[in-house]
Amino acid sequence: MTALLRSEKLQKCNLLLSSKNIHELTDHLFRHESGKMVSVLSRLLGLQNMETAQDIVQDTLLQAMNTWGFNGIPDNPSAWLYRVAKNKAIDFLRRRKKFKEISPQYAYLVESEYSLTPTVHNLFLENEIQDSQLRMMFACCHPSIPEESQIAMALKTLCGLGVNEIARAFLTNDETISKRIYRAREKIRAENIELDVPGHTDLQGRLDAVLKSLYLLFNEGYNSSHPEWLIRDDLCEEAMRLCLLLTQHPLTGYPRSKALFSLMCFQSSRLNARLDDKGNIVLLKYQDRTRWHLPLIQKGFDYLDAAAEPFEVSTYHFEAAIASLHAAAPSFEQTDWKSIYHLYEMLFQAQPNPVIAMNKAIASAYAISKQKALEELKEIKGLEQHHLYYASIGEMYFELQEKENARTYFEKAFRLTNSQTEKQLLLEKISLC
Amino acid sequence: MKDYLLLFRGGLDFSTATPEQLQQAMMKWRNWIAELTKDARYNGGNRLENNGTVIKGVKKQIFDGPHTESKEIVGGYISIKAGDKQEAIEIAKGCPIFNYDGIVEVREVAKM
Repeated sequence: MTALLRSEKLQKCNLLLSSKNIHELTDHLFRHESGKMVSVLSRLLGLQNMETAQDIVQDTLLQAMNTWGFNGIPDNPSAWLYRVAKNKAIDFLRRRKKFKEISPQYAYLVESEYSLTPTVHNLFLENEIQDSQLRMMFACCHPSIPEESQIAMALKTLCGLGVNEIARAFLTNDETISKRIYRAREKIRAENIELDVPGHTDLQGRLDAVLKSLYLLFNEGYNSSHPEWLIRDDLCEEAMRLCLLLTQHPLTGYPRSKALFSLMCFQSSRLNARLDDKGNIVLLKYQDRTRWHLPLIQKGFDYLDAAAEPFEVSTYHFEAAIASLHAAAPSFEQTDWKSIYHLYEMLFQAQPNPVIAMNKAIASAYAISKQKALEELKEIKGLEQHHLYYASIGEMYFELQEKENARTYFEKAFRLTNSQTEKQLLLEKISLC
Repeated sequence: MKDYLLLFRGGLDFSTATPEQLQQAMMKWRNWIAELTKDARYNGGNRLENNGTVIKGVKKQIFDGPHTESKEIVGGYISIKAGDKQEAIEIAKGCPIFNYDGIVEVREVAKM
């Protein structure tokens, strides 16, 4: 039953990625439209007036609730919301005497009744909405804002999540998230960050910051030990939605954006098979590959192809390529481990960190030998608190029939993990030693 | 068939609700009212703004109001058809406001 629901949800997610929400109320419509409208209105009113933008959006959603709840949902819900938001914004601007705080580029346009309405209307055109979201993404992921604040801010403004929902997703409390958002706002004020698209010289660096933030957001959903899979899927879905937007925009549709999106497609194709019916994590080796979501795999390949030109190489290219080889393999044993190992070597060169080193070592077990893997694993420094590190070493000893050593490392891993599923898995291993 | 007025108090706090919560609440109301409409029970209804004016006494004094706990302010109403009070109560029990800790008051419309 759970599996069925999940695959339905994934299909919906896929639908959302490929078509527009017309004629029926899609999941999360309010949330997504709220993110769009906050972006547009903040661009009009100035990022410093974001709270006013959020108030207007909240009023708009309330009006929808009052009307739709009693009279039914209109044919084009998004257009209805935009119309109401536009009118509320126009009313707000008319009521104000001075427009000094408004974005300078719009201040003079909204002063005259002749240009006020067309200005607001133009900002709600499809391509302008996308443009506003893009600007908001650059603002939220501004390098001067700490990474954890970037993610919280993006979820709040671009994805329309509430503080309590973000806190729940990150298994923390409301206060922590409020602080993160507050810090982001402080930076925006202090650095006078506006909703601009970075100039040509800054663009690539700023885009990398945005991509990194989306990558972290996706991984938060993909790797977290959150007990509710719905929340994990939501985070992955939001990261994908924003990344897709980057791939579609001429300014940000660089190969690396497409490579990241490709990686997300491959990873999320396995979301379904990653958990068993009780919600326990299933390792790649034991996953039922018939449960991988084929349309998402196909999409992963499409975007990996698209990421090949013009030539550039990013860590996302390597990661997506690795994921593609897993996706293409008929079984764990028949995986092209040699290529995977080679890609990990390149990834490690580009980004030397112990987690990548560990994955490289694990790949070497199947590409070269268990002995080689063991040597590589033992050279790694910095994973002393990482249960997977000890579990991997234990696994290699186990495969080499050195049961006593295997047991020692499985026990170390057992003490370091909090996950009941993993504890269970390790206990089974220990009993075999 | 008699007419009954259902008065709603309390429920989801709209000022702090997230977009997702608003959408879910809206869909629940929408589905409930669609159901009542299909069964030819629904006469009409509306949600009310929290701010209003209270006019009192022979002098017709005007106050901002209603001055009650926000949980006790009537936040909306619908008019329905039901065979008797018991049936009206059963219909009222389906109201989504109970998911949000709200109150429904069932009142029969007096015959002229």
